[in-house]
Amino acid sequence: MKASVESFRDARTVEQLLTEIRHLSPGRQIRIMHVCGTHENAICQFGFRDLFPDWLTIVAGPGCPVCVCPATDIDMAVRLATDRGAIVATFGDVVRVPARTTLLEAKATGGDCRVVYGIDDAVEIARREPGREVVFFAVGFETTSCTTAAALRRGVPDNFSVLCSHRLVPPALEALVAMPGQGVDGFILPGHVTTVMGIRDYRPLASRCQIPMAVAGFEPVDMLAAILALSRRAASRERPSDPIFNAYGRAVREDGNPVARRIMDETFERCDAAWRGIGTIPGSGHRLRGAYARQDAQRRFDMTPDESIRDTHPGCLCGEVLLGRVEPEDCPLFRSHCNPDMPLGPCMVALEGTCHARYRHGRPARGRS
Amino acid sequence: MCLGIPMKLVRVDGTVGTAEVDGVSRKVMLDLLPEAAVGDYVIVHAGYAIQSLDEKEAKETLALLAGAGLLEGGP
Repeated sequence: MKASVESFRDARTVEQLLTEIRHLSPGRQIRIMHVCGTHENAICQFGFRDLFPDWLTIVAGPGCPVCVCPATDIDMAVRLATDRGAIVATFGDVVRVPARTTLLEAKATGGDCRVVYGIDDAVEIARREPGREVVFFAVGFETTSCTTAAALRRGVPDNFSVLCSHRLVPPALEALVAMPGQGVDGFILPGHVTTVMGIRDYRPLASRCQIPMAVAGFEPVDMLAAILALSRRAASRERPSDPIFNAYGRAVREDGNPVARRIMDETFERCDAAWRGIGTIPGSGHRLRGAYARQDAQRRFDMTPDESIRDTHPGCLCGEVLLGRVEPEDCPLFRSHCNPDMPLGPCMVALEGTCHARYRHGRPARGRS
Repeated sequence: MCLGIPMKLVRVDGTVGTAEVDGVSRKVMLDLLPEAAVGDYVIVHAGYAIQSLDEKEAKETLALLAGAGLLEGGP
């Protein structure tokens, strides 16, 4: 396997794939969207955008679960830590996402907020501190949702509950495609989410919208193979027998991970859910089923979202960035007022956020500070 | 946070395993991948193995690229 992994990083193969892409002449602009923060980081890290021909644009869609977590949910987590005396445990980048305050600021004023690697670390805190309520703030797409489901299924202590803010990718793609003026010629499907959910969830959309799709992994050859396949299909407008090209066959199967899917189905039901800066997307959230009512922090603490909270800072274009309508560099706050040390918008906070990736890997545009 | 890391499974004890990458080893939960065996490469996310990597499929992808004339000489 190790040898295979090296093959997906092979410089000669990368050069050949790039040459193939450059040799295409579609005669029009081709716009390909990915919906995965790790893909954005890979594209930035490998410097692909500088290597592509002028007709090819790769834009980032809503691929960062931390970025799309609504301010109302962050605020509930903050209130659980500050007003309800709960220990709130969550992922490292979630604690820095602004709402009325961040979880990190809540910690500075006495709230008990702890960073964990995964849900099991939060369960362990609950076991060690049986006299305290421990809430795991569960943010993430299907890749994380299945770990929440597995931990709950295995059994958690009575003082443990989950503030559930999981989001699902396929309904978001459906919503994106339905938005007017989106103009996407191809979608790169998110590798990790698809390892869990499989290709089949995308089939109805792929056959209905006729937009080419390709699953990509995270090595340079994985990504370029997907981009080449999409560019070819978009350029020729050919309709291959399988509208979804799987360039990540070593990890992605048609049905994904059936055990994970089943455990998720037993634990969650789908609900309409808000995406920060985008709005409510039907059927795009996971909420705990009735059998897990005791572990549902929102019910347990009778929390109501405070809808008066602003989703974005004035002038922040994160909502437009998440939809791929503007580039981070187009935002007047980017780099000057909003940076990883002092993030004003969610896309600058999270490691998978498009603004964060561009800040870290990008070069300042000419004429900009 | 959504970082899946390919790791090699070196120990399995029921639903708990140990996986290694680049000299780093850590506990991984196998609840979502009960069939995983020692020697498998798995993608680890937030402490859980979420999928196994299939070497045969990896070779097929590379062969497909070569077959499409993309990788002259092939891997």
